[in-house]
Amino acid sequence: MCLGIPGRIVAITDAGSKLGMVDVCGVRRQINLACVIDEDHPLESCVGDWVLIHVGFAMSRINEEEAALTLELLKQLGEAQNELDALRRVEH
Amino acid sequence: MRFTDEFRDPDKARTLVGEIARLAAPLAAMRERPLQIMEVCGGHTHTIFRYGLKSMLPQDSIEFVHGPGCPVCVLPMGRVDDCVALARDPHIILTTFGDAMRVPGSQGSLLQAKADGADVRMVYSPLDALQLARAHPEREVVFFALGFETTMPSTALTVLQARREGIRNFSLFCNHITIVPTLKALLDSADLRLDGFIGPGHVSMVIGNRPYDFIAKAYGKPLVVAGFEPLDLLQSLWMVIKQLAEGRCEIENQYTRIVPEDGNQQALAALTEVFELREFFEWRGLGSIDHSGVRMRREFAAFDAERKFAVPNLAVADPKSCQCGEVLKGLIKPQQCKVFGTACTPDKPLGALMVSSEGACAAYYQYGRIDVKDRQPRAQGVS
Repeated sequence: MCLGIPGRIVAITDAGSKLGMVDVCGVRRQINLACVIDEDHPLESCVGDWVLIHVGFAMSRINEEEAALTLELLKQLGEAQNELDALRRVEH
Repeated sequence: MRFTDEFRDPDKARTLVGEIARLAAPLAAMRERPLQIMEVCGGHTHTIFRYGLKSMLPQDSIEFVHGPGCPVCVLPMGRVDDCVALARDPHIILTTFGDAMRVPGSQGSLLQAKADGADVRMVYSPLDALQLARAHPEREVVFFALGFETTMPSTALTVLQARREGIRNFSLFCNHITIVPTLKALLDSADLRLDGFIGPGHVSMVIGNRPYDFIAKAYGKPLVVAGFEPLDLLQSLWMVIKQLAEGRCEIENQYTRIVPEDGNQQALAALTEVFELREFFEWRGLGSIDHSGVRMRREFAAFDAERKFAVPNLAVADPKSCQCGEVLKGLIKPQQCKVFGTACTPDKPLGALMVSSEGACAAYYQYGRIDVKDRQPRAQGVS
């Protein structure tokens, strides 16, 4: 929950609520993008961005190299699988 | 030393370790003890152990003190008991992060409450809890919110979304905490001898670097905000020690690729709108610390489980045999605790620091195991 996980924004799904779809190692999930947009970088320009995701919220824009390094770190810490399992989880 | 395959730039790692050793030796000799550097964040503790950074550094001149920056670890038992009480209400669906499920309360954990029939659900995000509230309008969905500023914006934004949609059956049991007052409390404690800090990366991503200024100005200690890779940590440690060697104390940022000087404005705006400081908050192992927790502002009372439901507000003392507090202050090492690895293990945690992989005790257990040299002196002195 504190380390987060990198993912890539593949679509804007709900502009009103600032939601978008991310791809995290092949797992897709809708997340909130409110913290990575501003006047200079509006919602529409987010598709293709790599972001660091904490509990369903994109918290920082990162570059592809940083994304790869962070993912490798999470794997080595044994945290990547937990995070991916959590991302897949849906309660009804 | 295993510099080869574990570091993405082994040469740089080797150079940093050499420089750290060179600068630290005279400083430690002057103090007649190792330099004590606190890594505040539990994520950093995990990296330090996973990569064996401690054993790469000269132990007679550098000592890591593992700080209180694991929100799961510092959650007091009374708050877990409150949560279990809420979960037992048949109208309530209690939701929380996986990490929080295993935290022991005095009456067991949320996982045990779930096994006993309470409706407790593990969610990835507070947004999933909100979705449950939409799907179950006849039930009350309570999200057990915890974490530092890293996760605070996510719960604030979820509450703002719930208000926009007019959702009435969603609320937070707010246990968010803030690290800066706790660092101040640690710095004020008489028995602490810290020489400097490695500052948290992702809390700083939200709050920026300025909130730490008082550490340099009023307490004369250096702090370097650090990333989570082993190389980030070595570089940050080198930056702290270089400051000490040059007689400087400043707030520096090693993690500039993620941490903006002024933090994340959107995140700060959301958390300022929803939350306000509590007068005090209880920390497991550290006791009550002024202004170290946040609650929801009065305007959000309809989304505040503490105002909406009869929360018992239980105060439960930490288990007597548990020495998490002393570990958190850096007075003893995890393996010097009486119950470490015996009554308290990651499978059956007694103290909070054993619960999460970011807790110092769980990290020692998993990677360090028992260093006989460290354990003996303490074992003799304890009754």
